[in-house]
Amino acid sequence: MKIGVVTFPGTLDDRDAARAIRLAGGEAVSLWHADNKLQKVDAVVLPGGFSYGDYLRCGAIAAQAPVMKEVIKKANQGLPVLGICNGFQVLVESHLLPGGLIRNEHQHFICRDQKLRVENVDTAWTNQFTLNQEITIPLKNGEGGYIATQEELARLEGEGLITFRYLDLNPNGSMNDIAGLRNERGNVVGLMPHPEHAVEPGFGPDTDVAMRSGVDGLLFFKSVLNALVSA
Amino acid sequence: MPKIIVEVMPKADLLDPQGKAVASALQRGGNKDVTGVRIGKRIELHFDRPITDTDLANARKIADEFLSNAVIEDVVNVTVEN
Repeated sequence: MKIGVVTFPGTLDDRDAARAIRLAGGEAVSLWHADNKLQKVDAVVLPGGFSYGDYLRCGAIAAQAPVMKEVIKKANQGLPVLGICNGFQVLVESHLLPGGLIRNEHQHFICRDQKLRVENVDTAWTNQFTLNQEITIPLKNGEGGYIATQEELARLEGEGLITFRYLDLNPNGSMNDIAGLRNERGNVVGLMPHPEHAVEPGFGPDTDVAMRSGVDGLLFFKSVLNALVSA
Repeated sequence: MPKIIVEVMPKADLLDPQGKAVASALQRGGNKDVTGVRIGKRIELHFDRPITDTDLANARKIADEFLSNAVIEDVVNVTVEN
């Protein structure tokens, strides 16, 4: 199974995302922002970073990149797409997910191991979790405050589209503690925290068992491989 | 140089962390009468010919669809300076 990882100018975590895909058992394919083709990949990851230097608004210029025209088209046809951090910002700027992300309420960049609750497991990227499973993966952002209109929030809650919620602490002022969302179809998922940084013992968050042994992020990538096999 | 000026502001009911930070710096600096600050953007679109009504209509479209995000911002002004 080939999973594309898009690199925009200013992307940081593309190599980590590719490594996570390989560790989960998939084949990672590098996609360039100026490409018009997706090289027949079965899914796409939009990784974290600061695409186009966060100019104009985070993710706004990336959403206009040639590769995104194709990603948007294919996502609307059911291609699994995961947006992580800046990738989540690109998804909302592309209108593949609703709402917006603004500067953290406390005005500081924040980097921490963040506990989340998985609230929806009927997606291409979360089907290997159990409902309401509590996971810990790294979070690192300056503009991660999720906002939407009250009507939109009510719809997201009502339709069960909120996929991840911050637990113990809301790190950025996100409304309703929203850490991540899915679209109606469940093929597009976006979240601020970074699953690709919790995929290999020795390099993940601390757990009760051992330091840096957390690999909760691996199930995101195993989920999409499972979804592709079952499809 | 003919230009179209687009002004974008964060929505009034949303927190503007930049404005908040500047407001507290002003308070610290003794500007006690300044009760709040909000920071937006001024974007200039330059032309090397006179601006037409079509240009202005197109600029409004660009302003709504790309230069601002309606979820978090409002386009408060689009003006022509010929």
